[in-house]
Amino acid sequence: MATMRYQQAVRLALTEEMERDPTVFLCGEEIGQYQGTYRVTEGLLDRFGPMRVVDTPISEIGIAGMATGAAMAGLRPVAEFMTWSFALEAMDQLVNHAAKITYMSGGRIQCPVVFRGPAGVGTQLSAQHSQSLESWYAHTPGFKVVMPAFPADAKGLLKTAIRDPNPVVFMEHAGLYGLQGDVPDDPEFLVPFGVAAIRREGTDATLISYSRGVHLCLKAAEALARDGIECEVIDLRTLVPLDIETVLQSVRKTHRAVVVHEEWKNVGFGAELSARIHEHAFYDLDAPVERVAGADVPMPYAKNLERAAIPNDNDVIAAVKRTLS
Amino acid sequence: MAKTTVERPAEDHIQQNELIDLYRLMLRIRRLEESVYRLFRDAKIGGYLHRYDGQEALVAGVIPLLQLPHDKVLCTYRDHGHALACGTPAREVMAELLGRATGCAGGKGGSMHLIDPPRGFLGGDGIVGGPVPIALGVGYALKYRARMLGGGNHICVCYFGDGAMNQGGVHEAFNMVGLYKLPILFILENNQYAMGTSVARSTGQPDFVLKAKAHGIDGEKIDGMNVLTVRDAAQRVIDRIRETGEAYFLEMECYRFVGHGIGDDNTKSWTTYRTEAEVNEWRKRDPILQLGNYLQDRGILDTTQMDAIDAEVRQEVADAIAFAEASPEPPLDSLYENVFS
Ligand SMILES: Cc1ncc(C[n+]2csc(CCOP(=O)(O)OP(=O)(O)O)c2C)c(N)n1
Ligand SMILES: [Mg+2]
Repeated sequence: MATMRYQQAVRLALTEEMERDPTVFLCGEEIGQYQGTYRVTEGLLDRFGPMRVVDTPISEIGIAGMATGAAMAGLRPVAEFMTWSFALEAMDQLVNHAAKITYMSGGRIQCPVVFRGPAGVGTQLSAQHSQSLESWYAHTPGFKVVMPAFPADAKGLLKTAIRDPNPVVFMEHAGLYGLQGDVPDDPEFLVPFGVAAIRREGTDATLISYSRGVHLCLKAAEALARDGIECEVIDLRTLVPLDIETVLQSVRKTHRAVVVHEEWKNVGFGAELSARIHEHAFYDLDAPVERVAGADVPMPYAKNLERAAIPNDNDVIAAVKRTLS
Repeated sequence: MAKTTVERPAEDHIQQNELIDLYRLMLRIRRLEESVYRLFRDAKIGGYLHRYDGQEALVAGVIPLLQLPHDKVLCTYRDHGHALACGTPAREVMAELLGRATGCAGGKGGSMHLIDPPRGFLGGDGIVGGPVPIALGVGYALKYRARMLGGGNHICVCYFGDGAMNQGGVHEAFNMVGLYKLPILFILENNQYAMGTSVARSTGQPDFVLKAKAHGIDGEKIDGMNVLTVRDAAQRVIDRIRETGEAYFLEMECYRFVGHGIGDDNTKSWTTYRTEAEVNEWRKRDPILQLGNYLQDRGILDTTQMDAIDAEVRQEVADAIAFAEASPEPPLDSLYENVFS
């Protein structure tokens, strides 16, 4: 076990998998000579050389196509989007190519590609750079969607992603890159997809989230515990596949659920979670499922407006209290 | 009808049996294409349906020269000929068109998504321009294998239309291919139209080779109606790509004899964008007719032998249709299969 930052854990996963498997290579903007926009790929060009750490022009369609085509031809590319906001440029290659080729071919071709990069909101990056778009991918059959909240998961989930034979959307959170945590050194440390983690046990309400939302939930749960309200906090880790069983089991125990995410509320992933809970555990609920999510506006720049648009722990606390009232 | 005969661009290094194979392949494509509209009207084929009549030389002159399955082929939705040229049996092509379990994509792809990876055919693509960024990746993988994993000097051949030249992603991919120097043969199927929009109505710079060169990819324009011209250029260029590892762009001038697709089916609608006289003019350059005349002039085939080949080919198509019709639909429980590997 070593203590490291989330961003270092991502790098460790990349390094270990590149050491293990010579078909793994990286491509993206500024990942090599510049050492990575967020320093995630620092040192990797020196270590693995330019065939395996490919600096690309600012061409998201090209990057997505390069990774998808190389995967179709048997390699295991890991493409970095400088941020997930820029992946919008590549939507056709992602949604209409990477996600569909296996199905369209009746399973005759595999597409083991990972698309990764920072997502998430905050730091006054405003409308075009500050948004969370995971539902776009979770909505599309053919993608696995992974959003780690802790350094250990960043490592273990990324390693699983690289070994998975399918397209994986791996969304890191720029706001978590500096987060420290214990990370297993074991090069075979893999975190399986579709297995949620219970980050805190509780009996009064279930808080369900992923990525940075998990940290809001933990903070809210701590505050609520001081008032004698015990929340169970579930970190989904992967949106697709979704570990709905762990969620339902918890809801059957607590009878209350609050779903939390940074992406927009309207048609956001919380709507899916809420629907599934209502479908499968309606009679166990003592209150309607609450949703805590980003305001349905393009992200504003001004500090006060941005603060109002991003969910925080007080919003979670208020939502839990509504389920209890 | 006035006889048009192929001009032999280079000398006869091509064997007689290879010439006959070329003729047969083009005829197989033509006869299969001629059969599909009726199947559509009988509601046996659905979806979009794009025929390759008139463009056969583009695949017949190139794909048999490849080292499949190590070389890779990508193309557009106008892909029936590419599949046949890669060696996908007519039965599997037809069964896919009819949405049957025995189709080359198990009935999940249809006309626009024929695919046959074990034969090196990485598929048709329903998105205009879509295969070009994919080819960048396939080409990168081939180079990577050669450099890093002890692979051979294999190449990727990527076909796309004149309309695709106006897609942004195509130019991103060209630029990266020019930058990384990848073993890709780009083949522009310039059939003069993208649906109803002529080249003249879709770009301020109709010199497509210039556009490739602007991205660092060398290229040239050739007559795509003459299969021997295509073959000679392809052989020269494929050798060059294997040797240098660098991409090449071949613009092949050609013409589709029928409408864009089943919705533009040859009868009234094509007169909105092209004249019957124009179509007839191009039909005189029919690649199958030209090669047939060449074979006759050289005494390689006489009319009886050509009729015999035609009869065999028609039989093959009839057999493919019968096979497809007799094949089961995909089982309903396969609906959720293959979303993931
Ligand atoms: C991105 C995209 N836009 C529009 C279409 C609809 N469409 C299908 S084929 C076609 C024309 C393409 O022409 P061209 O590239 O010249 O190929 P051709 O059909 O002539 O072989 C269009 C507009 C599409 N499939 N994909
Ligand atoms: Mg065209």
